[in-house]
Amino acid sequence: MTPATAEPRAIRWLLVALAVLLLGAFLLLPLAAVFTEALRRGWGPVVAALADPDAQAAIRLTLLVAAIAVPVNTLGGLAGAWCIARFTFPGRALLLALIELPFSVSPVISGLVWVLLFGAHGWFGPWLQAHDVQIVFAVPGLVLATLFVTFPFVARTLIPLMQEQGRAAEEAAATLGASGWQSFWRVTLPQIRWALLSGVLLCNARAMGEFGAVSVVSGHIRGETNTMPLHVEILYNEYQFVGAFAVAALLALLALVTLAAKALLERLGARRGGMA
Amino acid sequence: MTLSSLSRRAVLGSALGGGVALAARAQGAGQLLNVSYDPTREFYREFNSLFAEQWKAKTGQGIRANASHGGSGRQARAVIDGLQADVVTLALAYDIDAIAERGLINADWQQRLPHNSSPYTSTIVFLVRKGNPKKLADWPDLLKPGVSIVTPNPKTSGGARWNYLAAWAWAVKKSSGGEQAARSFLTEMFRKVPVLDTGARGATTSFVQRGQGDVLLAWENEAHLAFAEFGADQFDIVYPGFSILAEPPVAVVDRNVDRRGTRAVAEAYLQALYTPEGQALAAKHFYRPRDEAALAAAGSRFPRIEMTTIDDPIFGGWKKAQATHFDDGGEFDRIYQPGR
Repeated sequence: MTPATAEPRAIRWLLVALAVLLLGAFLLLPLAAVFTEALRRGWGPVVAALADPDAQAAIRLTLLVAAIAVPVNTLGGLAGAWCIARFTFPGRALLLALIELPFSVSPVISGLVWVLLFGAHGWFGPWLQAHDVQIVFAVPGLVLATLFVTFPFVARTLIPLMQEQGRAAEEAAATLGASGWQSFWRVTLPQIRWALLSGVLLCNARAMGEFGAVSVVSGHIRGETNTMPLHVEILYNEYQFVGAFAVAALLALLALVTLAAKALLERLGARRGGMA
Repeated sequence: MTLSSLSRRAVLGSALGGGVALAARAQGAGQLLNVSYDPTREFYREFNSLFAEQWKAKTGQGIRANASHGGSGRQARAVIDGLQADVVTLALAYDIDAIAERGLINADWQQRLPHNSSPYTSTIVFLVRKGNPKKLADWPDLLKPGVSIVTPNPKTSGGARWNYLAAWAWAVKKSSGGEQAARSFLTEMFRKVPVLDTGARGATTSFVQRGQGDVLLAWENEAHLAFAEFGADQFDIVYPGFSILAEPPVAVVDRNVDRRGTRAVAEAYLQALYTPEGQALAAKHFYRPRDEAALAAAGSRFPRIEMTTIDDPIFGGWKKAQATHFDDGGEFDRIYQPGR
C-alpha cells in the first residue's frame, strides 16, 4: 500500500496531536468544567437545585417548548425539503434562502421580530391587547422564537440526501399506480427516515438549548417564562454557582444524549441504507 | 371570563399549539408580577414570601408574587412592550416616567406614596480588593495610573447612571472646576473602564467572579451583598467622601392592574414596603430604610456621608438629567467613546 501523503511520520503525528489537543481544549474541557463545577460540593446541592420549584418549572417549560417546536418544524422541514429536492419552480431559490434565513440571522433579531410584531407597540399589539391575548413575554412568544430559530435543521439535513436520491423511485411508484400518499409512506419516507431522525434530533437539541432569541421574548419571570438556559443565567447572576452549573449540566446531558442517539441512528442507517 | 372570549382563546390556543391557553392560565388570579431591577433579587425574593404571608393573614387569599429582574432601562422597555407587570420597582424615576409617558401608569405616580414613592434609598460606594492595594479612598484616586474601573453601561443600567451622576456631582461641587472639570474627570474615568456590562449585577460578577478591575462602582447594597457572599477576606468597601442619594422608586402599573383586576393586591404590595417589617427587611438587604426607627436599628450599617440628590440644581431632576447626560448625543455619548 502506498501512503496517501508524502509528509514524514513525525509531522503527521504532530498534526494529529494538535487536532486532538484543540478538540480537547475547545470541546471537552468546557464540558468537563460544567460537570466538575456542578459536583464541587457533592450531589446534595445538585439535587436540591434541580428540585427547586423554579428549576422544575424551567425544565417543564423547556420540554413543552421543544414538544411543540420539534413536531411543527419536522412537518414544515419535510414539506420544504420535498418541494425543493423534487421540483423546479419559480421562487425555488428564494424558498431555499428563506429556509436558511434563521441560520444567518442573529438570535437577538430572531427574538426582537416577535416583539416588533406582537409587543404592546408592535403591529398586532393593540389588537392582541384588546382581545386579552398575551404572546410576547409569555409561552407563545417562547414557542414562536424557538420555532423560528430551529426551522432550518430538518430541511437542511434532508435536502442534500433527497436531491442525491432523485425522483426515480417515486416515478416508478407512480407508474405502478401508487397514490401520492402511498408513494410518500412506502417510498419517500423509508428512503429518508434516518436522515429525518437525525435532523429531528438536531432540531430538538437546539430547541432546548436556545438562549438569545428566547431571552428577548421571555420577560424573565421566574417559575413562569424561564427556560433552562435562562434559568442558568439567573442562578449564575444570583451567585448560586452550584445551582447554575447543576442546571447547565442537565442541559448538557440532554444535548449529549441527543447527539449519542443521532450517532447511533447514523450507524444504524449506514448499515441499512437510506443515509447520504 | 365570557364564553365567547373562552372560545376565542380556545381557537387561538389550538392555532398556537396550546401556548395561548397556557399563557392565559398563567396570568390568572392569585399572581402578582413585580418587574424590578438587577440588585433587588435577594431582597424581593424574601419580601415576596413575607407579603404572601401578610396577604394571606389579612384576606385569607393565597397570592404568589413573581419577580423579573434585569437592567432597569431594559425592564422598563419590556413593560412598555407588553410585559404584564402589576408593579414596577425600578432603579430610577426616569424609567418609571418612560412607562408613564406611554400611558400605562398615571402621570401623578410619584405623589401616590410617601417619600417620592421611594420606600428605601441607597448610595454609590467603591468595592475594592482586600486591603485596598491601589489606595482608593475618594473619587480623584480613581484616576491614578494603572487603576482599572468596573461600572455598567449608563444607557441600560440604572445603577450605572447613579455611578455617573455621583462622579459628576463630586467633580462639579468638590473640584472647583465646574462642568468643564466634570467633563474631563468623567472622560478620564471612562477611559479606565475596559468594558461596560449591561446591568449592575453583570458588572458585579465581572469584578467579583472574573476578577476584573481594581474597583467596582456599585450600589451600596450590591457591594455589601458581594461582601457577604464571597467573604470579607476578599474585598473592602470604601465610602467616598461625597456621593449621591439614590432613590429607587416603585409604582403600580395602572393599565395592567385594571385589566387584570389586581389593583388592590398591587397597592397593598407597595404599601407593605413602608411597614416596619418591610423597612427592616430592606435594611437587612442593605437598602437604607426611610423609617427612622428601622434606620436607628441598623446602627452603624449605613455610615452617614455627604450626599447630593438628583433634584440638586446641578442636575435639575431626572428628566433634565436624562436629556443632558444620557440621551443620544448627550454628555455621556461625548464622554465615552469605546476603544479610545
